[in-house]
Amino acid sequence: MTGLTPRNFIIAALLVILIVLPVYAGIAGKPFLITLFTRIIILAMAAVSLNLIMGYGGMVSFGHAIYIGIGGYVVGILAQEGFLSGFLQWPAALLVSGLFAAAIGALCLRTRGVYFIMITLAFAQLLYYVAVGLDRYGGDDGMTMYTRSEFVRPLNMSDKTQFYYVSLILLFGVMALIWKLINSRFGMVIQGSRSNDLRMQAIGFPTYRYRLVCFVIAGMICGLAGALLANHTEFVSPAMMHWTRSGDLIVMVVLGGMGSVVGPLIGAVALLVLEEALSGITEYWQIILGPMLLLVVLFARGGIDGLLAKVRL
Amino acid sequence: MLLFLEQCLNGLQLGLLLFLLSAGLTLIFGIMDLVNLAHGSFYMIGAYFAATFTALTGDFILGAALAIAATVLVGMALEVIAIRRLYGRDHLDHVLGTFGLILFFNELVRLVWGPAGMNVPLPAWLNTHFTILPGVEYPTYRIAIILVTLLVALFMYVLVMRTRVGMLIRAGASNREMVGALGVNINLLYTLVFGLGTGLAGLAGLMQAPILTVQIGMGENILILAFVVIIIGGIGSIRGAFIAAILVGLVDTIGRGFLPDILSLLLPSRSASAISPALSSMLIYLMMAIVLVLRPQGLFPVSNK
Repeated sequence: MTGLTPRNFIIAALLVILIVLPVYAGIAGKPFLITLFTRIIILAMAAVSLNLIMGYGGMVSFGHAIYIGIGGYVVGILAQEGFLSGFLQWPAALLVSGLFAAAIGALCLRTRGVYFIMITLAFAQLLYYVAVGLDRYGGDDGMTMYTRSEFVRPLNMSDKTQFYYVSLILLFGVMALIWKLINSRFGMVIQGSRSNDLRMQAIGFPTYRYRLVCFVIAGMICGLAGALLANHTEFVSPAMMHWTRSGDLIVMVVLGGMGSVVGPLIGAVALLVLEEALSGITEYWQIILGPMLLLVVLFARGGIDGLLAKVRL
Repeated sequence: MLLFLEQCLNGLQLGLLLFLLSAGLTLIFGIMDLVNLAHGSFYMIGAYFAATFTALTGDFILGAALAIAATVLVGMALEVIAIRRLYGRDHLDHVLGTFGLILFFNELVRLVWGPAGMNVPLPAWLNTHFTILPGVEYPTYRIAIILVTLLVALFMYVLVMRTRVGMLIRAGASNREMVGALGVNINLLYTLVFGLGTGLAGLAGLMQAPILTVQIGMGENILILAFVVIIIGGIGSIRGAFIAAILVGLVDTIGRGFLPDILSLLLPSRSASAISPALSSMLIYLMMAIVLVLRPQGLFPVSNK
């Protein structure tokens, strides 16, 4: 894995591009690139968190986007009620999404396989309708956030470049955390439980508790992504947690490559840049994207990262 | 009381429609072990075909028959071209691949029929009211839906339990490899089952077409309801799907109809009217959560897997 393999080269190039992108956008006079890539970084964070449970834990959640919605709504509701400090909003987003993940996970993790896929989807629908029913906070239409989260002086979330770097640093932090986590004893138990849960239990690990903690951590990280997304779009609506968004997150993870920490980041960049490019070609871009997903499933197991790892010089 | 009767009939009708969708889903899952998210697309395609064919032929029944045939053809073609390659893969691969198919079909429909919704007019002889009890009228078309779906359910029962094809279907559900080893053309059987499933979905879609607007994405919300049905019923069980579908239909419709009144007895009327729409949308998901907590494999688990 060390040395300058094509895979490492491309990952390094991607990271460098992400770091220097605002500089390039400033010089080239393309400020929309910062907006696009801030969105990519935020959704990549959500995908990275989904990969923790899906790629390493084998828990295919089809409702992961609700934590984006929960994080977003916590920030949006607090802003609406006059609590503008980010030091309050962001930890609250983490806490509330963690609590929801604990409740949902405790129920869903009793099931396995295809039941797990569908029950997470159903809980996501349930919370989606809760959001639609929040009349005070815009209901179906959603609500506009008039001010972004406020932090101490030099840090200004309304500055696009600053917000970009805050998101990027948080993404790198999250990826480092997950890297640490999966290589720890905890991560070994999670991966062991994916391969053979019964055997892990026989060795003496209470795998249900381990998997639940893992589910909660993933939910909290995704909640943070939601808090960022609310700040980015300055708008919160039930569409943030629509079930197709959960589908998009799964696509990012599988497209990039499950079971590697950078895979979902590659997937998020690939999917969203592809969407942007295809929608420039034709209005009916999903007619191209749909079959492409099917082809990825059929012929590119391991995703882009898996393909890159196979390339040898 | 009369309102209650009417709501019960509406609930029964929704439940029977859900059964048409979930029977296909659960058959496809039970036999091919395939999670088919694109099932709702056939519901949509059936409705669009019905709109086109009734407009072309000028006859609702003929149009409906042509629409079912066309939907089955599209379904079998899709099975041969793409779905067949997904058998034996991980469920995650199914989710992703068929999610791609949803995007494809939604966009294809937008390309062919345009973004605006369509309406299917009812023929005059169906567009009347029927007196079920003295003083209680109910739309004839809705009664027709209930009768047709009950007939289809009976047909499914006879097909699965009393014919040779049904025997192969049941055998395929309990041990695929063995059925193949005994010389049954398993590929053909799978294509037929997939075609049957899509035909049922198309039938459900075209029967809803005169009541609702035919539009893009119409299959997705009802697909999620169908998932709830097969989870409650136990994945792979047609009997479970039938009972769960009617349960979900009744709970959903009666909940929407009467929850506001029940809540306004318990709560101040303003907060009752604020939370009841959201609560009644959530009701069936709550029911599913309760079922899964008590019986993680659904009400009628299929034990032979």
